[in-house]
Amino acid sequence: MAIREILIHPAICLKQTAERVSDFGEEFQAICTDLEDTLLQAPGCVGIAAPQIGISQRVVIVDVKASEFGQLVLVNPEILDHEGLVRGREGCLSVPDFTGNVIRAEKIVVNAQSKEGEQVTFEFTGFEARVVQHEIDHLDGLLFLDRLISRRHDLFKRKIYKANNS
Amino acid sequence: MSAKWYMLTVIGKDRSGIVSHVTAALFDCGCNLGEATMARIGGNFTIMLMVQYDGKAQALIKNIEPVIESLDLHAHVDTIKAELHRHQVPDVNISVYGADRAGIVAQVTMALTEAGLNILGLETDVAGSELQPIYVMNIEGQATQGIASLQAALDIMADDGIDTALTPIETMIG
Repeated sequence: MAIREILIHPAICLKQTAERVSDFGEEFQAICTDLEDTLLQAPGCVGIAAPQIGISQRVVIVDVKASEFGQLVLVNPEILDHEGLVRGREGCLSVPDFTGNVIRAEKIVVNAQSKEGEQVTFEFTGFEARVVQHEIDHLDGLLFLDRLISRRHDLFKRKIYKANNS
Repeated sequence: MSAKWYMLTVIGKDRSGIVSHVTAALFDCGCNLGEATMARIGGNFTIMLMVQYDGKAQALIKNIEPVIESLDLHAHVDTIKAELHRHQVPDVNISVYGADRAGIVAQVTMALTEAGLNILGLETDVAGSELQPIYVMNIEGQATQGIASLQAALDIMADDGIDTALTPIETMIG
């Protein structure tokens, strides 16, 4: 059990595609515990991904206190389906002193494994869906900076409008 | 680096290449840039740039004068305090739109300020047609007396034909 140092951009680990988890043994359980300890000591933080503590494995923890799920560990998460688009403001432990607007799906269906390796499926909406998408991005080497929209004209891209209406 | 910070304002007729030429001239005379905002306002090029420079304001202007003049721009320099790495995060977004008339910005911002809004960002556009212009204003800020107080102020404006929409901003940190 330990609180790990949170990597700050431009740490290489933050830009790498993380490896799938296949061994759910003791070593992996220890990683999950460290990830949780690190998340809990970060004030106001609602999610964390393993690459943020320098571990390039596909595991994230989301912790939205007000939601029905509470704290969730998602291993090898995959977004199966998504619906709607919403603009929201995001920040990141790995990008201090900056927040910006990002478009995310409003509703997502996620398939993942629990920390013990069992298959689980969740449907997330709103703020929680945003947290999950932000954390899954970390597993693919993406930061919210990669998805920023204009400060002055935060309009949806025309292409997305068309995809929605067709 | 303990050089002083300046705010450089450059305005003029818009054309392509202004940012690259001006920033190259700044780099060539040893400046370091901080935060900046460029906007095209009513067809005019405008930029405000934080510039760190190891000399006096007059010397800074002198260094970039050839580029400024060749692009038919105007430049202005002020000494500033640089507050970096202490961004304030807005917790409310307010969009306001209505038939364009004199006094709309003053009316809206005065009412919101009295209701506790600390404005962190404001952008306005004149949309619609030439015959029927629509004034569009987007404001981001901090609601120091809560959201309800701001909403009450906005509700009063509806009687004057000003449409408003208030959206709380919940910033997600992950």
